[in-house]
Formats: sequence, structure tokens, C-alpha cells
Amino acid sequence: MHKFLLTLLAVTLAGCLDSEERVIEEKSQGLVYCAEANPVSFNPQVTTTGSTIDIIANQLYDRLISIDPVTAEFQSELATDWRVSKDGKSVTFTLRQNVPFHTTAYFTPTRTFNADDVIFTFSRLFDVYNPYHFVGDASYPYFQSVGVDQLIRKIVRVSDYQVRFELFNAESSFLANMATDFAVVLSAEYAMKRKAAEQEGLFDQYPVGTGPYIYREYRRDNLVRFYRNPDYWKHDVALEQLVYDITPNGTARIAKLLTKECDLAAHPSSAQLSILAQREDINIEKETNLNVGYWAFNTERPPFDDIRVRKALAHAIDTDKIMQAVYYGNGTRAESMLPPTSWAFDAQTSMPLFDPDLAKSLLAEAGLKDGFDMNIWAMPVSRIYNPNARKMAELMQSDLRKIGVNVNIVEYEWNTFIQRIGEHRHDSVLLGWAADTPDPDNFFSPLLSCSATFSGKNPANWCNPKFDLLLAQALDTTDILMRKKYYADVQSLIMDELPLLPIAHGLRFQASSADVEGITLGPFGAISLANARKK
Amino acid sequence: MILDYILRRLGLLLFMLLMLSIFTFSLAYLFPGDPLSNLSGVPSNNFSQNTQLEDKYLYNSNYFTQYIAFLGRVFQGDWGLSFASGDNVFSHILDLLPATLELSVYALIVSIFIGVPAGILGSAYYNRWPDKLINSTTIVGYSMPVFWLALLLIMIFSLKLGWFPMSGRMGLLYEIPPSTGFMLIDIALAGFPYKGMAFTDALHHLTLPTIVLAMYPTTVLVRFTRESMLKIMDQNFIKTARAKGLNRRQLILHHALRNALLPVIKKIGLQFSTLITLAMITEVIFSWPGIGRWLIDSIYQRDFPAIQGGLMAVSLFVILATIVTELLYSLFDPLSRNQAHGKV
Repeated sequence: MHKFLLTLLAVTLAGCLDSEERVIEEKSQGLVYCAEANPVSFNPQVTTTGSTIDIIANQLYDRLISIDPVTAEFQSELATDWRVSKDGKSVTFTLRQNVPFHTTAYFTPTRTFNADDVIFTFSRLFDVYNPYHFVGDASYPYFQSVGVDQLIRKIVRVSDYQVRFELFNAESSFLANMATDFAVVLSAEYAMKRKAAEQEGLFDQYPVGTGPYIYREYRRDNLVRFYRNPDYWKHDVALEQLVYDITPNGTARIAKLLTKECDLAAHPSSAQLSILAQREDINIEKETNLNVGYWAFNTERPPFDDIRVRKALAHAIDTDKIMQAVYYGNGTRAESMLPPTSWAFDAQTSMPLFDPDLAKSLLAEAGLKDGFDMNIWAMPVSRIYNPNARKMAELMQSDLRKIGVNVNIVEYEWNTFIQRIGEHRHDSVLLGWAADTPDPDNFFSPLLSCSATFSGKNPANWCNPKFDLLLAQALDTTDILMRKKYYADVQSLIMDELPLLPIAHGLRFQASSADVEGITLGPFGAISLANARKK
Repeated sequence: MILDYILRRLGLLLFMLLMLSIFTFSLAYLFPGDPLSNLSGVPSNNFSQNTQLEDKYLYNSNYFTQYIAFLGRVFQGDWGLSFASGDNVFSHILDLLPATLELSVYALIVSIFIGVPAGILGSAYYNRWPDKLINSTTIVGYSMPVFWLALLLIMIFSLKLGWFPMSGRMGLLYEIPPSTGFMLIDIALAGFPYKGMAFTDALHHLTLPTIVLAMYPTTVLVRFTRESMLKIMDQNFIKTARAKGLNRRQLILHHALRNALLPVIKKIGLQFSTLITLAMITEVIFSWPGIGRWLIDSIYQRDFPAIQGGLMAVSLFVILATIVTELLYSLFDPLSRNQAHGKV
């Protein structure tokens, strides 16, 4: 009798398990990604916000070319072939044929991808006659900060499937910039349809691309929903559905991962990683990432215009303590402006070491024996390159007090913060940079060049003609050895002048449920879920 | 007679609405920043846009004209644009209010179905162990802060046991077209898609927030029903009935209950304002996409047009709910209409 009951129980339980498995299957093979913020736009051209690019760039769109994260070589995407002329001033792309654009509730394409789409997409950046150039205040932050909008002279349609970019001068980082997440291809036919209906403003809000997923809906503060693109040209897409659950609170993202409400969580904080690592049903992915967290001085404002003061401050900081308390051992101590994984990396021997006595004597030399008051602006959000700027600022505050410098920590809401840094209202700031391409120029031109100073993107407010000349020389040649040499000079110039002090390079983390596989997390650029699937 | 009463109530309603609208309108001036952009939700930066707005909002005429224009826009559904999203505040409210209503109504239903019987039970076993048990449970439930209860339940039932989800109205992978905004009704209208699993999933998501939100009104109803029952049971007509030989069951069900529940109905109506306040806290904790969470987010983001519109919508709703329950009450209890002139 007992045996009978047991068997009965076992059968019922098995039945339960069976139905549970079916439930998972019938949730139609979807994946939920807990994202940290609302997307600000659905067009990667008009924003550099990392959280937005992670959601849209690789899911909805394709680029002409991409960069292999391992070999760092260019790979064909929408362009099957590309040729750079001998003088480097023109680049011809041969385009892939029969690539369909998304069919959505608001647009049905009548033709496949061709040269018109490429011309429309990239002329929007610089051509005032492009009907969309001024939509959204003509702001294309990435392309403007690296000067691509000033570089392209014109784009020539050679044939239906061939376009030629003519440049004002040869720049070796042009192809790398064309391979960033921002250089996606949009549909010209869709743009013209919106224009005909006088709905240009909706073009960047309702996307049409060629990527693995198709836009379905976006509900602010709630979710973004994509469906599988059944006609994706590259490969079959396994996931029927991709949903972004917008969860700004970091702890809530982790909790949802634990309750299986999301399969993937963006940017888990270092403090929570140890708890997650204990769970078998959760995978933590760790990826080296091209980024740098730094402390920049406003070099136009006394006493920071004196190099001895900048050096004194740099020598006063105990970086070891910061690595422990802020990065929890999940970062690499900076040895140069470039991270060690970059091909142009050159370890700097003149990196300032922790030496309060030297700091004091340098201050005395500069005539500031009694110290002074200054402020450190700490960014209010957590980023790969600096998980907790506030804490870092507090540690530095106590270090600097020992050499007689009184620090006041300043914080603002993120967007206001960026804007006021652009106006150079700070004494010094803790900020960082995550690369979009493996090209080393990406670390220098957008951050420290004179043109970056004028466009408000240079947090050190530093303009050095020698530095700009070196950068231009490095971009003028395609000889990799020569470029390496120039970038070595660039790196040592930064250490000599110290407009900013590189502190650390962070690791990028992604926490996911153990039954998810195929997530591509590269050393640069945004996450791609094209190959994601559930086991 | 009853018409007279209803008219008086409606007069009161109109007066309250007038005060509410004046208060909401003046908020645009009381909030920091430019009143014009607080009203319209358009951050004024260029001149031509500014003059256009000034014309539309009659900004250069006196306050009274501006207020009349404001009322006109309120009735047209033009409540200004939200700073944060750039969309019409009114459409946000239409989207979000059903979610809050759904949660509150279910919580209220749960509290009526548990609170009233528990109160009757308590009075029937006055001062014996069922009464004492109910009483002490009520005191614990009554004194527990709602956010603490919510976190406790999440800790136990979501994170430890994994029985219930901790956020949202339903699994995000189920796509249900929003037609009424009430999730369960929408699923039913869509014909129970995903083989009915969307429906059970929605119920799953409802469980914890409903329990949390129902806690306070349930305890209030228990105490109130119990007291009201005890008072009635002490009255002469009950004593007479008992003397005639009716048993306790007959006494309670046929004589006492009807009379005891009348004041309870009034009490339920009064619970609505508390319920909405508690719903806001519950929504924030359970990431419930309702008006409360939105309003609190708007306060964080200093989204003045949204705060203004949200406050107006919520207070409007509470006022209407209170008046409706009072009218219902007077329909059931003719005596109350006579006392409308005032009583001590």
C-alpha cells in the first residue's frame, strides 16, 4: 500500500515537472534583459549613451564593417569588400545584395538594401542638404567628437551596390570609426516615407534596420520589446522575442535575476558579485574592456596650470587603496593612458607613485607650502571604468588632507554634470572613457585634443599643439610600427604634462542565468544578443 | 427628499473640484522655474516658441483669465507635456491609472471578503479565543508598516521560496494588447492567449502586492465590523429577538448583520484615500507600473507638469470615490439623509 502511494506521488510529481518544462517552452523562447536606463533614442547616430547603445545598436542594425574582437581585423558586414585608394583619400565599399530591411507595423520595404541607404545614412552627418541633417538639432556626438563629419568630402554612388567615400585627407582611423556601433545603416526609403508624411521626428523613435531583431514596442520606464527578424541575412535567430526590462536600481536587477524574472542583468556592481558567484544557476562573465578611469585637472585654472602642482597631487594619491576599495580587485591599475590590451600600449616608467613627502616638497616648490582648497567632481553614476566615483573621491580627500590640501566633493545629476564639465566649471573631475574601437586614437582625439577642448569634451581643458601634431602624424600614416612609435610619444607626453592622471582600467561584467548562451561581450563596443539562445 | 440630498452632495463636490483646480493651477506659479514651462511642459529656450506659448496660455492677461483657460484645457485633455518624456501628461495618466485602480480594487475586495467575516466571527465569539486570536492578529497587521511587510514578503516568497515574482504586472514575454488597461480584463478580451498561462501569470504577479495593499484596510474593517456588531447585539430589538427564542445564528444573520454593515459601507468608502496612498508605496516596491510609481518618479525628476497632473488626477479620483460611496450609503440607509443638516 505504501509503495503504491509512493509510486502515485512520484507519477504526480513527474507530471508536474513535465508541465513546468512545457511552460518554459511556450514562453516562446524569449529572453528578458534587465537594462539600467530608458533608451534616449532608437538611432545610434544621435547618442553616445552606453546604456542606449547596448539596447539598440547590435540588435536592430548592422554596420558596413565590424572589427573582430580577437584579431582586431576588419570583418565584412553589410559591405562585402572595401578598398582604400593609394593616397588614402577615398574608400570604396562593395555592398551585400539581397539584404532586406525590417517589415514593421509602420513600414513595409519595397526594395532591399542598396547604395542609397548608405549615402542617406552618412550624408546625414555632414550634408546640410540631407533632409534629416537638422532633425534633432544636428547633433551627432560621436562623429563630431572624432571629426568624421569634417572629414568626408562627399559620398559617391558608383553603382547600385558600390559607394565611394571621398575624404578631405587620409586618416587611418576612418575605417575603425566606420566599424563603431554608431555607424549603423538606416533605410533611406523609410526616411523618405516619414518625410512625405511630415513625421521626421518619428524617424529616430521608430527604427527600421537590417539587424537580427525587429522593433515592436517601447513603454517608458517599463519595457522595450523586439521580435525575431525571420529574414535576417546573416544567420537564423534563435530567440523568438527579446525584451528589455527597464530597472534602474542595481540591487533590483540582481534580485530579478535571482527570481528568474530576467535572464540577463547589465552592470552588476562589484560588491554584489561575490553573492552571485555562489549561485550555480547564475553565470558571471568577466571581460577585459578597453577603458580608462582618470582624474582630470582643469589646466587653465590656477594653481592647476602649474605642472608641479598637478604632479604633487598625483603623488599624494594611494592608488593601491583605491584598487581595493573601489574596484574590489576587479580592475587593472593604470600604467599609461591606454589599457594594456591595446596594441599601442606602452607602460610608462614615469607614472607617479604614492609618495606624500615628494608631493609636499613639490607643493613647496610651487609656492604652496601651506596647501590650498580645491574641489573634486565625482560622477553620480556607476560605469565600467569607475564603479563608485564618490567613494574614490572620499579616499582621495583623506589622502590629500595629509599634504595640506582641503577637498570639497561636488556631485550633480548626470546630465547636468556632463554639461557643467563641458563648461569647465570644475577644478578636477573623476571621469573615464570606454573605447568604441580598438584604434588608440579613440582614447586621445575625443578626450585631449584642442578641438575637444573647444567642443567642451576635454575635461582637462588642455590644448597642446605638440600633442595634436603627434596625433595627426599618427593618423596620417598606415604603417603600424610608425603609428606605435607616435602613440608611445603621445603616452609619455601625457605623463610628462599630466593633464590627467590615469587611475585604473575596469573589467566589464555581465550576470546571466545559466541557461542562456551565445552572448557576445567584446573588449569594446556594445553587447550583441544576435546569437543568444536558451539551452 | 433624496433629490435634495443628492443636489447638496453635488454642490459640495463642485466646491471641492473648484478648490482643487485652483490649487493645481497655482502650483505652476509655486513651483520653482518659469510658470509658463511648468504649465506647458515645454522648456522655453527660443523666442518664437515662447511667444507662441504665451499666446496659447494667455500668459500676459490676468490670473483669472489664465485660470479659465487652464480649466478649458483640463476639460480638453490638454494637461501639458511631461518634462521627462515629452508626452502629454493626460495620456500618461490614462495609461497608468487603470493599473493602480486594478490593484486597489482587488485589495479592497480581498479586505472586504476577509475583514467583514473575521469581524463577525470576532463579535460572535466575543472575548473567547477566536476573538482574541483575530484581535491580536489585527493589531500586528495594523501596526506593521506597509513597506516593511512588502520587503518581508519579497524576501520570503520571491527570493527564498521563489513562489511569486517580485515586480511588474505580468511576465514581460507575454504580449497583451492594452485595450482597457485592466490586465485581467485585457487578457480575457484577448481570448486568454498563451493557453491561459498569461492569465495565471498575471494572477501570480498580483498576489504579493494585493496581500500587502489589503493588509491595512482588512485590519480596519475587522475592527470596525466587530465593534459595530457588538453595538447592535446590545440593542433592545436583538434582546427581544433573543427572548423570543431565536438562536445565535438566526440572530446574527437575519437581524444584526444588516444593521451592523451599514456603517461599514461608509467606512469602506473612507478607506479609499488611505488605499491610494498605500498603493503608491506598494507600486514603488513591486515596480508596479501605476500612477503612484510614476508620480514618485516625477517628484524625483522635478517633472512639474507631471506632478501637477498626477496630483489632480489622484485627488479627483479620491473625491469622486468618497462622494459615490456616500451616495450609496444614503441609498441603503434612509436615516442618514435626515441627519444631513448636521449632527454632533
